[in-house]
Amino acid sequence: MKAATPVKSEAEKALATTWAKTKDALPGKGSVAARREAAFEAFAAAGLPNRRVEEWKYTDLRNLMREAKPLAPPVGPAGLVRAQGAGRVFAAVGVRRLVLIDGQFISELSDLADLEPGLSIGSLAEALAANDTDVVARLGAKSPADKDVAFALNTAFMGDGLVIAVAPGMQIARPIHLVHCYTGEEAAAVFTRSLVTLGGGAGLTLLESHEGPDGIDYQVDNALDIVVGDGARLERVKVGAEGDAALHVSTTVVVLGREVEFRDLLFTTGGAVSRNQVFVRCDGPGTTLTLDGASLLKGRQHSDATLVVDHAIGGCKSRETFKAVLDGESRSVFQGKTVVRPDAQKTDGKMASHALLLSNDAEADHKPELEIFADDVVCGHGATAGALDEDLKFYLMARGIPEREAETLLIQSFVGEVIDQVADESVRDALTEATTAWLDAREQVELR
Amino acid sequence: MSLLEIKNLQASVEDGRQILNGVDLVVNPGEVHAIMGPNGSGKSTLAHVLSGKDGYEVLGGEVLLDGVDLLGLEPDERAAAGLFLAFQYPMEIPGVATMTFLRTAMNAQRKKRGEPELSTPEFMKRVREQAAKLSIDPEMLKRPVNVGFSGGEKKRNEVLQMSLLEPKLAILDETDSGLDIDALKIAAEGVNRLRSPDRGFIVITHYQRLLEHIVPDIVHVFSKGRIVRTGGKELALELEAKGYADYEEAA
Repeated sequence: MKAATPVKSEAEKALATTWAKTKDALPGKGSVAARREAAFEAFAAAGLPNRRVEEWKYTDLRNLMREAKPLAPPVGPAGLVRAQGAGRVFAAVGVRRLVLIDGQFISELSDLADLEPGLSIGSLAEALAANDTDVVARLGAKSPADKDVAFALNTAFMGDGLVIAVAPGMQIARPIHLVHCYTGEEAAAVFTRSLVTLGGGAGLTLLESHEGPDGIDYQVDNALDIVVGDGARLERVKVGAEGDAALHVSTTVVVLGREVEFRDLLFTTGGAVSRNQVFVRCDGPGTTLTLDGASLLKGRQHSDATLVVDHAIGGCKSRETFKAVLDGESRSVFQGKTVVRPDAQKTDGKMASHALLLSNDAEADHKPELEIFADDVVCGHGATAGALDEDLKFYLMARGIPEREAETLLIQSFVGEVIDQVADESVRDALTEATTAWLDAREQVELR
Repeated sequence: MSLLEIKNLQASVEDGRQILNGVDLVVNPGEVHAIMGPNGSGKSTLAHVLSGKDGYEVLGGEVLLDGVDLLGLEPDERAAAGLFLAFQYPMEIPGVATMTFLRTAMNAQRKKRGEPELSTPEFMKRVREQAAKLSIDPEMLKRPVNVGFSGGEKKRNEVLQMSLLEPKLAILDETDSGLDIDALKIAAEGVNRLRSPDRGFIVITHYQRLLEHIVPDIVHVFSKGRIVRTGGKELALELEAKGYADYEEAA
């Protein structure tokens, strides 16, 4: 699905200039450099995706991304100071913090002491500089996201990120938190790529947060590549709290073995434009995967969740539940595609997307898609969009609860359905608190 | 002073159809009034208009609760002023635990009246006491409000809320609908326990059987959006025997 764009946009031209100027300085030589080159060529041929590209129909990146910012410069002392409070959303969780500032892994701000046995953590840039064979092979392998242009741009420009591996059978009790923070005073672009590998029977909670200052139109193109071995358990929670002018695109690629338990929650409150795309492939039977999302949007925010679940083999169960709370003129996009391959019998796949519209000017777009090539499967989808239930509100008010508080209670319960699914209680509490903070801010604006 | 005073209340629904055609009613402290009438006579509309539900327009008249003009207040303010409506169909609220709901409601009312919030132990004590009296399993209170409750459980939950919120005036809108006789008795006993010299009740019902358990002081017949006859509790028996046919034709 490549729609050729006859005239290059300013952003496309700027990306080409940046590429020409920086490609020789990007980490990794040989096959990695070749892979970058090929990825950039693929981007150059396709251009930024626009509304004629089906996968980007509701998030016309060519239109939303008028400029391409230069690559972020190396972090200076001021940046380190500004990043000090970053990642506080999970401050109460007791995490191992791994800090990326302006796309660069900062080991001195990260918790690298007392690594659990079987846990290894390193920087992607260092691995590429050292020509680490595993990392090079991983980056060279085929990926379910290969056809995506945002992922191709990430491949071309990826600067740093984390390489995390959990050895087979190791349960890592302390959650790992990837703290992404933008600190620049000028807008720049950040391309991060992290690789996470869980050996068979391993267990991990992976938290991820993205933040930056309001009022600066910086750009983030982030990618997370996850491989989960047989019988392993992974829970990932990503908090998108970018600054209010930021453009954020994240691609998560997940390949699951047999009898894996994978849970994912995308929690988004920030960014002018954000897109989370998750590509999951089930390679072994007996796997259960849950992709959930909660977005709380206001003003003119635009947030897109695009999921592709590929049941390459039968006997797996997938569940998707997405909730969007939309105030002001905000817009949410949900695209969920479930593919069931011809041999993937006994697949059980369900998705649901619900939007709560708090304003007449908000918009929700839902696009569920089922591509089923097997005949013995249970698959379904559902979508709703509506205002708060006036009868429920009246019931609460008739008991003495003021209108605003009644709405808050109902919105919390709407979002709570997905937050309550998070296994780790302290993470759940952190997300509930973030929801409350968003609702409090909404009340403040209303009262002003 | 009377507890509730309704003077010539007139109201219409959104499409302009007038439902209440001049309701006059005075409830004194300690009294239980029954409002009976045929389906579609406007009984439930009266309950909704009194509690401030959206979707109705008050065309004229006045409603005073303990001297406070209710019609200018939001539903939550009316609740804080001492009005309680037991719903005919209590709402299910997924995701909101019953305990959270009760606590939020009690504290919101207290705050509006300038009273301090209840401490957690004090709140728990009150809830446990009242729930036990209504044979409500404490486990039920951890579940989302009314979700998966039976009809009887929902109505008992309404009475529990009434017991905790201690209103000056409670309106029971068709509390008997959908209840078997045992559930009806438990709900009625709960209401009877709350009867006191300074509290008033309006019991809205189509049938006489609820009034065997909540015995009213005064019975009104409601037809075509107003009270057409008032009498003692024997009036309910007469209606049971003769039906509403006279009033539907007369009005």
